[in-house]
Amino acid sequence: MHQSAENETCAPAKSYPRKVVFSICAHIQQREMSPPEPVFVTPAGGGSEQSWMAGLLEHPGYDEERLRRVSEQLSCREVQAGLLLSLMGQPQQYCYPSLFIYGHRASGKSHVVNVFMKDLELPHVTVSCVECVSVALLFEKVLRSFFGCDAASLLPRSPSLSDFVRIYRQQSSQSPAKQTRYIVMEKAELLRDADVNLLPALLRLQELVKDNVSVILLSEIVWDKFRPNTGCFEPLLLHFPDYSKGELQQILSTDRHPSYSAEFYSSYINILLGVFYPVCRDLRELRHLAALNFSKFCEPVAAGKVKEMDTHKLWKNIEPHLKKAMQTVYLREVSSLQWEQMEEHESGALRGLSAHTHVELPYYSKFLLIAAYLASYNPARTDKRFFLKHHGKIRKTNFLKKNEKTSNHLLGPKPFPLDRLLAVFYSVVDSRVAPTASIFSQISSLVTLQLLTLVSHDDQLDTPKYKCAVSLDFISAISRTVNFDIVKYLYDFL
Amino acid sequence: MGVLTCAAAITYKPLQRVFFRQPIRGDLQSKAEVVISDSAELPRKSRHFHHNTFRFFHTIMSKRKAKDAHLPIGECINQVHQILRKRFCHQQLPDKPEGLEAQHKHLVELLKRTAVHGESNSVLIVGPRGAGKTMLLRSVLRDLSEETEVQKNLLQVHLNGLLQTDDRIALKEITRQLHLENVVGDRVFGSFAENLGFLLDALKKGDRSSSRPVLFVLDEFDLFAHHKNQTLLYNLFDVSQSAQAPLAVVGLTCRLDVLELLEKRVKSRFSHRQIHLLSTLTFSHYLDRVRAQLSLPDGFPDGKFVEEWNAAVTTLCEDKSVVEVLQRHYNSSKDFRSLHMLLMLCLSRVSVAKPAITPADLLDASRLCVADAKANMLHGLSILELCLIIAMKHLNDVYEGEPFNLQMVHNEFKKFLQRKSSSLYNFEQPVIMKAFEHLQQLELIRPADSSSAKTQREYQLMRLMLDHGQIMEALQKYPQCPTDIKQWAMSAFA
Ligand SMILES: Nc1ncnc2c1ncn2[C@@H]1O[C@H](COP(=O)(O)OP(=O)(O)OP(=O)(O)O)[C@@H](O)[C@H]1O
Ligand SMILES: Nc1ncnc2c1ncn2[C@@H]1O[C@H](COP(=O)(O)OP(=O)(O)OP(=O)(O)O)[C@@H](O)[C@H]1O
Ligand SMILES: [Mg+2]
Ligand SMILES: [Mg+2]
Repeated sequence: MHQSAENETCAPAKSYPRKVVFSICAHIQQREMSPPEPVFVTPAGGGSEQSWMAGLLEHPGYDEERLRRVSEQLSCREVQAGLLLSLMGQPQQYCYPSLFIYGHRASGKSHVVNVFMKDLELPHVTVSCVECVSVALLFEKVLRSFFGCDAASLLPRSPSLSDFVRIYRQQSSQSPAKQTRYIVMEKAELLRDADVNLLPALLRLQELVKDNVSVILLSEIVWDKFRPNTGCFEPLLLHFPDYSKGELQQILSTDRHPSYSAEFYSSYINILLGVFYPVCRDLRELRHLAALNFSKFCEPVAAGKVKEMDTHKLWKNIEPHLKKAMQTVYLREVSSLQWEQMEEHESGALRGLSAHTHVELPYYSKFLLIAAYLASYNPARTDKRFFLKHHGKIRKTNFLKKNEKTSNHLLGPKPFPLDRLLAVFYSVVDSRVAPTASIFSQISSLVTLQLLTLVSHDDQLDTPKYKCAVSLDFISAISRTVNFDIVKYLYDFL
Repeated sequence: MGVLTCAAAITYKPLQRVFFRQPIRGDLQSKAEVVISDSAELPRKSRHFHHNTFRFFHTIMSKRKAKDAHLPIGECINQVHQILRKRFCHQQLPDKPEGLEAQHKHLVELLKRTAVHGESNSVLIVGPRGAGKTMLLRSVLRDLSEETEVQKNLLQVHLNGLLQTDDRIALKEITRQLHLENVVGDRVFGSFAENLGFLLDALKKGDRSSSRPVLFVLDEFDLFAHHKNQTLLYNLFDVSQSAQAPLAVVGLTCRLDVLELLEKRVKSRFSHRQIHLLSTLTFSHYLDRVRAQLSLPDGFPDGKFVEEWNAAVTTLCEDKSVVEVLQRHYNSSKDFRSLHMLLMLCLSRVSVAKPAITPADLLDASRLCVADAKANMLHGLSILELCLIIAMKHLNDVYEGEPFNLQMVHNEFKKFLQRKSSSLYNFEQPVIMKAFEHLQQLELIRPADSSSAKTQREYQLMRLMLDHGQIMEALQKYPQCPTDIKQWAMSAFA
C-alpha cells in the first residue's frame, strides 16, 4: 500500500458521504422542472471590458438559500466572487493550496472573503498581519480556531514553525478536514517583514501539514514584490479591480438616510464623487466623507429654503464646503469630530488651516529659522552678494551659472555648517538686537520642533551641520511677522 | 459570451447525458469520435481510486459493472472535480513519475543499498521549482515500502529547511521522529555530534551488532546550509562517510549552485552524487502531458462519461487557439506546477451546465495567469496619481533615469497645467503629497536610498518602479482618460 502519510490525507475523500450524493441527485432532479439557470461564468481579465451578468452565485456544493444571501451582499463584485467560489469548489474538495488576492484599498477583498466564510459557514480563521505581531499569536490563533483551545495550548513558549506544523499534523490526523479549512491573511504584505520562512511555508502549508487547508492572502501590493530570491510555491493570483465611478455611486447610494428619498441621497453622492473622485477612489474614505458632510447638504432642505429636487442649488451650497473638506478632513489635518465642531461655529478659522502656521516662535528664533532657510536654499558663494554691506557692484551675472538646470527649490535644502548659519543670522538680524548666548539653546529647540534637522556629522564632531525643514509658504509667513522680505534674498527668485 | 450561450442552449435531462452529442460547439461535435489518447500516456488508475470506486458502486450503483454504469451528470461532474482537484492542488502522487524513469531507478537502487545492505550514502536531487523533486522522492519511497525487507528495516526522518530553521530544532525533530524522546530523557550532551551519535546508537538492533539504517530527507536542502557552522550537515555527512551507522542522506533543492554554499569540510564529506531534474521536454510531449493531466482514469465509475470527457480533452488539445496558448506557456515554463495552476483555473469553470472544458476557458485562464499585475493596479489609480506617474516618466526621460523628488514631480505637473486653461487639476501641495505617498505605499515608487529617512518628504529621492510598456498599457486601458492627459503622456514617448 501507499506510504502511511498518503493514506491519511486520502481518508476524508474516500468516505464520500452518501447523503451528499443523494442530495445532489435530488437537487438535479428538482432542477429538471425549470430551465437551468446559467451558472455564473466568469470572464477573465476584468478591467474595462467586463461583461458579466448580474446574477446569483450558484454552486452545487452550497445551500442555495445561503448563496442567495451572499450574492445580495456582494454587489459590484459578482465576477470576482464567482471566480473565487468556483476555485474554492465544493467544501469537501481540495482548493488550491494558496490564493493571493490583490487590489487597491477598499476594493472589497476582505468583504468578499469574509462574507463567504461567515455566511457559508466554512471552517476558517482570519488573521490580520497588523495585529499578529508575533508568529506565536498567529500559530495559536490558527490552532485554536481549527482544533480548539487544547490544541493551542500544546504550543511551547516561543514556538517555531516546526512546532506549529507538528502540532497541526498531529491534530489534523485526529480530526481530518471534512471541509477545506481556510486561513485568511489580511495585509499580507507585512508577512515579508516577518520570519523569512513564514511566507514560503504558508504558501505550501497544504503540502507541509497534509491537510485540506488553503491559505488566502490579501494585499494591495502586487505579488512580484513578495517572491523570495530562491522562489517558492506560487499562489494563484486573483485581481480585484477598482470600483468604477458608477459602481462607487451604486454602493455608496445604499447608505441612504431614512428620512430622505433615495434619489436625494444618490444626487448627493453624485456631487461628492464629482469633487473627490479625481483624487480618491477609496470606498472607505469616500463613505466616511459622505457621512460627515451629509447634514450640511441637507441644511437648506431642512430649513425649507430649497426643494429636494433642486440639485443645482444644492450643489452650489455644498460644493465649496466639500472643497474645504478636501483640504482638511481628507488630509487628516483635523479629525472628523473637529470638523463637525467647526461646522457648528462656521468661523473663518478654516482659511489658514495648514496646521503649522500656528506655531508661535520667539523673535530670535524666527530670524534663526529665516537664516537657516537662506543658508539651505542659497549657494554659499552667493552669501557675499546678499549680505555684505558694501559689496560694490557685483552683478548677478557674476555668480550666475545658468547651466544649473534645476532650482534649489526643486532639489531641496542643502546642509550648512553652524558658522554659516550664524553669519547669515547676524546679517539678517542686523543691528536690531544684540546676540546673546541663548542662540544655541534656541537652535536646539528648533531642532526639537523639527523645523531644523541636524545632519549627521560623525566625521567632524566639532562642526555640526543643519538643514532647514520648512516650506517656502511657511517661511514666508514667518518673515511677514518680522517684516523681512525673504524673497529678495533668495537666489532662486532673483 | 460563447460560454453562456452554450450553457443556455442545453436542454437538460438528468440521467441521459446529451451534451456531447448536441452541437455545443462545432469543433467538439465533429471530432466526437476521436479515439482517446494512447493508454500508455494516460495515468493508470491508481490503487486508491480503485478502492474508492469499489465502495462507490456498492453504495450507489449496487452491483453493476463499471463500464456500463450511468451516473447522473451532477455526480459525474462531482467526481471530475474530486479527481482532478486532487491531481492539481493536492500532492496526489502519480502512478509513475512521468519522464523521470532513469532518475527514479537510480534513486530506488541507491536507497535499497542502504536499506538492505546497510551501505551509507548521500545524494542531492536538484531541479527547478515544481519540477517534481518531492514527488520523485515520495514515489520512490512508496515503491520501496512495498518490499518487506525495506519496510522492516528502514527508518525515516523527514526534515524541511523551511521548518527546522536551526540545528537545535532539527535535532529535537530527529529525536521525535525516531521515537527516542524517552530514551534521551533529560540527558545533556556536550556536542551535536555526541547527541547524534547517541541517537544512532540507540537504534542498534537487538543483538547490538549492527544499527538499523536511517534515511534522512532534507527538503529545501539549501536552507540547512545557512545554519550556524552547518553543524547538522557536517555531522550527517560525516556519519554517512565514516560508516558508523548505515545512513542515507537525500537533499532536495532548487539551487543549482548548492555545492558552493557548503563549507569545505562539509563538501568534502559529501558523495557528490547529484540527480538532476532538468526538463528536456519537447512541445509535442508537453501537449501530451496536458492531455494526460486533464484526462480521467479508466476506473471512473461512468464509462460513457469518461469516454466523452477524454474525447473532448483530446479535441481541446487540438484546437488551434489552445495550442497557441499552450505554446506560450511552454516557452515560459515547462514544469508541472505552473501547468496545474492553468488547468485548475480551467477546471473551476466546469459545471453541470457546462460539463466540458472549452477553448475559451483555457484562453481566459491563460489570460489570468499572464496578466500584468502592475498594469492591473495602475488601472485603479486616481487621475491625480496617474498624472504624477506621467510627470515622473517625463522626468525620467529628461534626466535619464536619475531619481526625482516630489517637488520636481509637482513642478513637472504644473508645467503641464500651465499649458491648459482649465483649473480642473489644480490641487494643493498636501493633496498631491498624499497621492505621492499612496504611490509609495503601493510600491510603484521607491526611495532611491534608505538613508534618506531624515529628509523632508517632498525632497526624498525616489525611483519609478514601472517600465515604459506598463505605463503605456495602463494609459490605454485607463477608463475615460482625458485626451489632454493622454497627449501629455504621449509626448514623453515620442
Ligand atoms: N461591493 C461592496 N458592497 C458593499 N460594501 C462594500 C463592497 N465592497 C467593499 N465594501 C465595504 O467597503 C469597506 C472596505 O472594503 P474591504 O475591507 O473589503 O476592502 P479591502 O479590499 O479589504 O481593503 P484593504 O486593502 O484596505 O484591506 C468595507 O467596510 C466593506 O464592507
Ligand atoms: N514527472 C511527473 N509526473 C507526474 N506529476 C508530476 C511530475 N513531476 C511533478 N509532478 C507534479 O507536479 C507537482 C509539483 O511537484 P513537486 O511538489 O514534487 O515539485 P518540487 O520539485 O518538489 O518543487 P519545490 O522545489 O517547489 O518543492 C506535484 O503535484 C507533482 O505531483
Ligand atoms: Mg482588507
Ligand atoms: Mg518540494
